[in-house]
Amino acid sequence: MTPRRKRLTAVILVLAGVSVAAVLALRAFRDSVVLYYTPTELVAGKANGKRAVRLGGMVTKGSIVRQPGSLALKFEVTDFVRTVTVHYSGVLPDLFREGQGVVVHGSLKNGEFMADEVLAKHDEKYMPPNMAGKMPPPPGA
Amino acid sequence: MTAELGQIALILALCLTIAQAVFGLVGAARGWDNWMAVVRPATVGQAGFVVLAFLLLASAFLANDFSVQYVAMNSNSQLPTLYRVAAVWGAHEGSMLLWATILALWSCAVALLSRSLPLAFASRVLAVLGIISAGILLFILLTSNPFIRLVPAPFDGNDLNPLLQDPALAMHPPILYTGYVGFAVAFAFACAAMIEGRLDQAWARWTRPWTTVAWLFLTIGITLGSWWAYYELGWGGWWMWDPVENASFMPWLAGTALIHSLAVTEKRGLFRSWTLLLALFAFSLSLLGTFLVRSGIIVSVHAFASDPLRGVFILGLLALFILGALTLYAWRAGQLRSSAGFELWSRESFLLFNNILLVIAASLILLGTLYPLLLALMKLGTISVGPPYFQLVFLIPVIPLVTLLIVGMHAAWKRARLAPVKRRLVSIALAGVIAAVLLSLTFGGRPRTLVFVGLALAVAAMLSALSVPFDHLRRRVTIPRGVLGMSVAHFGVGLFTLGATVASAYQVERDVSLGMGQSANVAGYDFRLTDLRSVEGPNYAAREADVVITDAGGRVVTVLHPQKRVYRVQQQPMTEAGINVSWRRDLFVALGEDLGNGVWSLRLQYKPLIRYLWLGSLCMALGGLIAATDRRYRIALARERVDTDTVAERA
Repeated sequence: MTPRRKRLTAVILVLAGVSVAAVLALRAFRDSVVLYYTPTELVAGKANGKRAVRLGGMVTKGSIVRQPGSLALKFEVTDFVRTVTVHYSGVLPDLFREGQGVVVHGSLKNGEFMADEVLAKHDEKYMPPNMAGKMPPPPGA
Repeated sequence: MTAELGQIALILALCLTIAQAVFGLVGAARGWDNWMAVVRPATVGQAGFVVLAFLLLASAFLANDFSVQYVAMNSNSQLPTLYRVAAVWGAHEGSMLLWATILALWSCAVALLSRSLPLAFASRVLAVLGIISAGILLFILLTSNPFIRLVPAPFDGNDLNPLLQDPALAMHPPILYTGYVGFAVAFAFACAAMIEGRLDQAWARWTRPWTTVAWLFLTIGITLGSWWAYYELGWGGWWMWDPVENASFMPWLAGTALIHSLAVTEKRGLFRSWTLLLALFAFSLSLLGTFLVRSGIIVSVHAFASDPLRGVFILGLLALFILGALTLYAWRAGQLRSSAGFELWSRESFLLFNNILLVIAASLILLGTLYPLLLALMKLGTISVGPPYFQLVFLIPVIPLVTLLIVGMHAAWKRARLAPVKRRLVSIALAGVIAAVLLSLTFGGRPRTLVFVGLALAVAAMLSALSVPFDHLRRRVTIPRGVLGMSVAHFGVGLFTLGATVASAYQVERDVSLGMGQSANVAGYDFRLTDLRSVEGPNYAAREADVVITDAGGRVVTVLHPQKRVYRVQQQPMTEAGINVSWRRDLFVALGEDLGNGVWSLRLQYKPLIRYLWLGSLCMALGGLIAATDRRYRIALARERVDTDTVAERA
């Protein structure tokens, strides 16, 4: 091969590789974007699809109900306008507490939220997005 | 007094960094030797003052001086001494001071070890470092001053975040920042070369050891962070593709590309403008990482908006440094083009593809990290990009990358001469495939293509890396440190791939609820809860469990003691996992919570070969260390010193 053709081959190889990578990346990107909703938005039917979403809000005080003898539990997540019941089974993160912010991942089923993941936010001052400013200040702050 | 002295020390350091920058740039441009002579003392002086400020803040922590607001917010009289020192960088203000201190130490090292460089070039390098230092010090003094007093002083402090009270995390920030900030030296070398309009192979030889050392610190820092996340966050994951993690990983990818590209620039004088660009990218991504983590923009866009001065200031610095350097690049890079050619299957080609793949990986991770932030800032909705995206965009470039590594280590410079090593490569490939079959059979389960490919590549990479020093032994030639370092680092890549593949593919994880005396089975191991008691730590109270683990044959493997701690001051619960380590697997128990009636929720995990992924990363760092101490850098320095001396005598 002449140097010119070699360079051409190299350039074509690189371009082909980059385009394959770009196509795959864009597909993965579309599939793994997770939308985030507040309880109000969720109740309003903004997330009526099969895809998993994130729901953020406050855990309502006194709403945690455990099923004896198993890891299953349910609790309510609120933005002080609407409230959604969340079902989850598994070990909860350290900072999961009543009256504190939480983000759960899962999907809506018959009006209730089936969570497969409760996210640990490692800061007790953490507020779910869109909640700051809408919430009463935490006691003592 | 300490706080006021610290403040004064920072202001004096700022003045000296400005002198460092102005005298360096103007002196070098005009060729005024007496101006350039000021640069080194100014650098050493500012470093002295920044280190003094840092020590003063540390002494305020050790003396429990709660009249200093930063100390009151992040320490407590009950906090153990080690963590009082670590608390210096436990929050924003102190982290920035640590950043500035490490930059000062790197600048000082450059000032002291650059006597062999031409004076004008060294002055320009130090001047660029001075500009960066000035920006960071200004940022600290104007927006993030750790020395602000609190009136009236509280009786006791608010304690350090319990998550940070851990030996690995105490060391993590200094080591990570040493890596991050170390890329500033490569950046400064690149800017100096562009200002001078001259970039030769000697430039690459000067830059290489500095870059490699920065890179190896970044490697160790990221490894420590991953290890800490595994055992301290309590849930056994070692990489979450969290924006904070991505912030440190992107500069690592760019830095890895840079050390490979520098090799070509030094050996063959090629890829010059590309190497420059990578040096700019590596440091820009370090700055971006600092911005992402330190502006609070990740926790919430609102945290960014609530303290806009900080975020806007870092963003301004970021824009100034990056745009400044890129403008310089646009203006000068054309003059630095290289002319030599190389063949398709030469080592240059392999390194070129390595660079392309690493840059693709870094860009795709950058896209996934910034896209949600951009959407949120433009108020277009709140989204997150999940781990599946990052896993895929990381795997796409990494599979060909490891494949290239296996072959590329044996390729010759300049010419396509793979024929002599063809037999060796074929046997390595065969051994990889056989090992992958054996490993798949050992771990069982449903065979998966991706896992098989990962295993085969991992073993082949390790064998290929080992064959390099063995070949030298067989031919009875001494192996240069540079080659040995490459071989050790690439062995580490293989070891990491092996650990990451097996741990991800064959881990078993179960959440269970156990009462006293009950047990659960995970991967053939029996986990039995036998005791629960209260224990007291220096600044926390904890519930501690005894979990007896027996293997399939009924033999007791170990008794683990996972804890659930509650730190007294912040009343924050913390999970301390119990982990049993062996060369084959980790057994992991984390206590969840009390479900009532003496029943607890527990997370039990079996993680095969997970240690190898951290061991592999440390091998990469060790390889960097071996390569950076290659004699040729020292010989080169000595030779150049003789040259400049003779020039000086003649002049």
